[in-house]
Amino acid sequence: MTGHSAGEPVTRNAEAHHQLSIRVRDLNLWYGDTQALKNINLDVYQKNVTALIGPSGCGKSTFLRCLNRMNDLIPGVRLEGLVEMDGRDVNEAKMDEVALRRRVGMVFQKPNPFPKSIYENVAYAPRMHDLVSRKTDADELVERALRDAGLWEEVKDKLHQPGTSLSGGQQQRLCIARAIAVQPDVILMDEPTSALDPISTATIEDLMDKLKRQFTIITVTHNMQQAARVADYTAFFHLGEVVEYNDTQTMFSNPATKKAEDYITGRYG
Amino acid sequence: MSQSFDEISAQLRRRHRKSARLKWVSMGALGLAGLFLVLFFADMLVKGLPAFQQAQIQVEVDYSEQASQLPLAAVQEDVRPLVSRGYLRLIPGRMEDNPDLLGTTRMEWVLADGQVDQYLKGHHSKLSGSEQTVVERLVDQGRAELRFNTTFFTSGDSKMPELAGIAAAAMGTVLTLLVTLAVSFPIGVMTAVYLEEFAPDNRVTQLIEININNLAAIPSILFGLLGLAIFINFFGVPRSSPVVGGLTLALMTLPVIIIATRTALRSVPDSIRHAAFGVGCSRWQVVRDHVLPLAMPGIMTGSIIGLAQAMGETAPLIIVGMVAFIPDVGATFTEAATVLPAQIFTWAGEPDRAFIEKTSGGILVLLTVLITLNATAVVLRKKFERRW
Amino acid sequence: MQTNQILALFCGTLLVLGLIAFFLGRAKAAKVRASGTAMYAQPDQYAWFSVLSTAGPAILVGALGAFVMLLAGAEIPTLYLLAASLVVGCAGLAMGIALVRPEFHARKAIERVIRFFLAGAALISIVTTFGILVSIVGEAIRFFQMQSFWDFITGTTWNPGASFLEAAGRAEEGASAAQFGSVPLFAGTFMITLVAMLVAIPVGLLAAIYMAEFAPRRVRTLAKPVLEVLAGIPTVVYGFFAAITVAPIIVDVAGFFGLDASFNNALAPGVVMGIMIIPFISSLSDDVINSVPDSMRQGSLALGMTKGETIRDVVVPAALPGIISASLLAMSRALGETMIVVMAAGMRPNLTANPLEDMTTVTVRIVAALTGDQEFASAETLSAFALGLVLFVVTLSLNLVSVIMIRRFREKYRINNL
Repeated sequence: MTGHSAGEPVTRNAEAHHQLSIRVRDLNLWYGDTQALKNINLDVYQKNVTALIGPSGCGKSTFLRCLNRMNDLIPGVRLEGLVEMDGRDVNEAKMDEVALRRRVGMVFQKPNPFPKSIYENVAYAPRMHDLVSRKTDADELVERALRDAGLWEEVKDKLHQPGTSLSGGQQQRLCIARAIAVQPDVILMDEPTSALDPISTATIEDLMDKLKRQFTIITVTHNMQQAARVADYTAFFHLGEVVEYNDTQTMFSNPATKKAEDYITGRYG
Repeated sequence: MSQSFDEISAQLRRRHRKSARLKWVSMGALGLAGLFLVLFFADMLVKGLPAFQQAQIQVEVDYSEQASQLPLAAVQEDVRPLVSRGYLRLIPGRMEDNPDLLGTTRMEWVLADGQVDQYLKGHHSKLSGSEQTVVERLVDQGRAELRFNTTFFTSGDSKMPELAGIAAAAMGTVLTLLVTLAVSFPIGVMTAVYLEEFAPDNRVTQLIEININNLAAIPSILFGLLGLAIFINFFGVPRSSPVVGGLTLALMTLPVIIIATRTALRSVPDSIRHAAFGVGCSRWQVVRDHVLPLAMPGIMTGSIIGLAQAMGETAPLIIVGMVAFIPDVGATFTEAATVLPAQIFTWAGEPDRAFIEKTSGGILVLLTVLITLNATAVVLRKKFERRW
Repeated sequence: MQTNQILALFCGTLLVLGLIAFFLGRAKAAKVRASGTAMYAQPDQYAWFSVLSTAGPAILVGALGAFVMLLAGAEIPTLYLLAASLVVGCAGLAMGIALVRPEFHARKAIERVIRFFLAGAALISIVTTFGILVSIVGEAIRFFQMQSFWDFITGTTWNPGASFLEAAGRAEEGASAAQFGSVPLFAGTFMITLVAMLVAIPVGLLAAIYMAEFAPRRVRTLAKPVLEVLAGIPTVVYGFFAAITVAPIIVDVAGFFGLDASFNNALAPGVVMGIMIIPFISSLSDDVINSVPDSMRQGSLALGMTKGETIRDVVVPAALPGIISASLLAMSRALGETMIVVMAAGMRPNLTANPLEDMTTVTVRIVAALTGDQEFASAETLSAFALGLVLFVVTLSLNLVSVIMIRRFREKYRINNL
């Protein structure tokens, strides 16, 4: 008795888009001999926030990293099944993983700004991708990205100081600015607030709410309240399986599975 | 709307090529270093392996009365320039030791002159045309051949390449390293024990630490200047002797041993110390009976590596005079001696081309010993490696 | 009596005294203990304490006397010295035995002495640096008393040939006065160092990048020790290789292009020295690149950067302090390298920018000055110490800067194994 893992979405807000962004079918993944993901089926919709929740070690981060093929970097990972985006299997041989990551950005658990200035942290990738050619374009883009990330007011006077000089929460927003500056379709967030204080966390949660107008956001979180606050859809992972995937409201008020209910009510986790 | 995968891929083509280029270029850099190593060893082997063979010729030795006065007379005129003069010089002595020889004539295999040796090895030689004919004749008769060169391993330096050997230098190296080890091992281990187990964390300790790291990076020739000014001129240690060389090298080896010992001590977990303190051991007893024995393999490994480094060191030894010409294998710590690398250096400066071969031969011996030492250190480390 | 005999006598007597102290001390302690009194330490520890209190002062007095004799040149008759130190030894013995009492902490006393010895050993490394400094500075001052410091630093002619005549008090007989302008020597040193760094930095850094970022594990485990072999080859061997094999090749190649190269050209020792220091750069850079946190790489890759761009723009800049530190260390090594240049570079001070010409270096002149037959007090011999002083200052500064940079890198990423 699984929740409707790929069925029609039940919407929380009527005006939300429901165009398919990423379609996952029968995804299995092994680290060496250990199976980390089992038969994952999941549809991610555009311009929504999808939260992945579940106890630690349940495979949610691993799943997230399948979506932009960051698992390629780990030796001994084997993968079967379909991850489809824009009508293409992202794991097919012809697929260029660099192009994929260009469209599927990522924000990590710990803020990881580059050892460059705040300005360069944001401008570097767009320049490499030829999104900007002139200095003024770059300035404009940096400002826009930093504004979108809600960081502009705090850093506009010190753009040429190192990114590492910022506080943890600011660094994380810098990383978000960096990710949105390349204008991806999807932004993956791997527990983006777990290393931050409550105030920074709240700022970033607000940010996610704003960003979903432009981007499809998939976030992994440890914190169920956070999922309830920011997500339109929530997937509950347990032992490498998606136990339930539902719109957030239903998931938290009336979960279809016993396991999800137990987790949400705090019986285990 | 954003670009499709294919559009992005098309843009990426150039960037992927650049990325691949970095991979190949960096691989090439590593390959270059490896290639150099291969070429280097090949060059040394080609140049040095012939040194382990030496030409001998069979001639009629006439132990006459005349020969005891004038050794040249012992062999016939046509082969006279082909026999090593160093060998001929020994004849009167042998006749004195063994009076029965007087008046006999024997066919003997004797050491050939260095030029014959070079000729037989196909190198350029200074043999005249007629001498070459004689050598060819001897070869045809089976009376001239290359044999294993024992002289190279048993005798000291000589101005005649066919008589030059590494034994004196090897003995010098052994004596020098004994001094080095005797001085640097205890001091190095004591220093490391003090810094790791006893020292308070204050400015003096930090100064000592910085100083040790610096000492490891000071050019070796400056240690030579120290040896010359302090050991020789001030303390009056005999110049060119294994003692002064050993002391100089000991100061250079000290930081290596200290750093290795500290690493080994640090890898002994604190739980061992706590357990020993717990049963009432004093600090020194803990170190002596529990920490040091566990750290010993690491200390030994570091000391062997330090010793191998000292063994290849030349510059400071030249400054303290250990480039002396040593024809006899000596065994004292206070008389003039030379070491293997210094012997290589002197031979490299000899104008006679036959010495290129000797030099390379010496290098092969030195490298073999060094590689053996380092391999021993690695094996030792592997064998006693312990994970806590 | 000869020094050896005196030494033997001293050691022998001390040994006997030590044995007496050991057994007396132990016997006394055992007796006290047998009488039922509780003691602070084991009988053996009392015994060892007695030995220490006997031998320690005696050796100290002997060594002190010998040192004063050397230092001040004062003539203390060795027999008196021997007698004095032995008397002190006996006094120490008596005191040691007297101290064997139940309330005496023999173990703590031993610990203190041991600690004192260990600290003394640790000081030897300081004394060594100090010794290098004193010996070099002292002789360098003597040199600068004979020759102008300014001429030494700025002069462009190095011609010590006539200095031995001056030392012999026959300066007038020399055709020309000796000149000690060190500029050509330093120019040669820097030229050869430059060539070496041009070889070592690109090759070493790229090799490190390959090993840290691209190489499969098998290649990595093989390549590391192979590079270490390069560092383990004695410099005298490199020198021979540079002079016999590489220099003629360079002459041939230069000839092919219509260039005239000397057999003592600066290129051969420079290139070979560069190869020698590749492992210094590659090994430290490899460690540094490996300790750049993986999150940096992932952050860059997740933005759609290629691996090459990630390495070039993120990993290498992050590792830069460590890489610079490694290069400085390697440079200090190249500046002070002796055997390669002694064997393969020239003897002629030559101020030129053409690496195909022969030129000499600081270390070559140091060796030349100290291996000749000159009087030690001659200006030429002493010039070696002046050159050594400059070399010491330069390499010391490079090392210190290098240490500071690596420390900064370590603090930035909180890495403890560098």
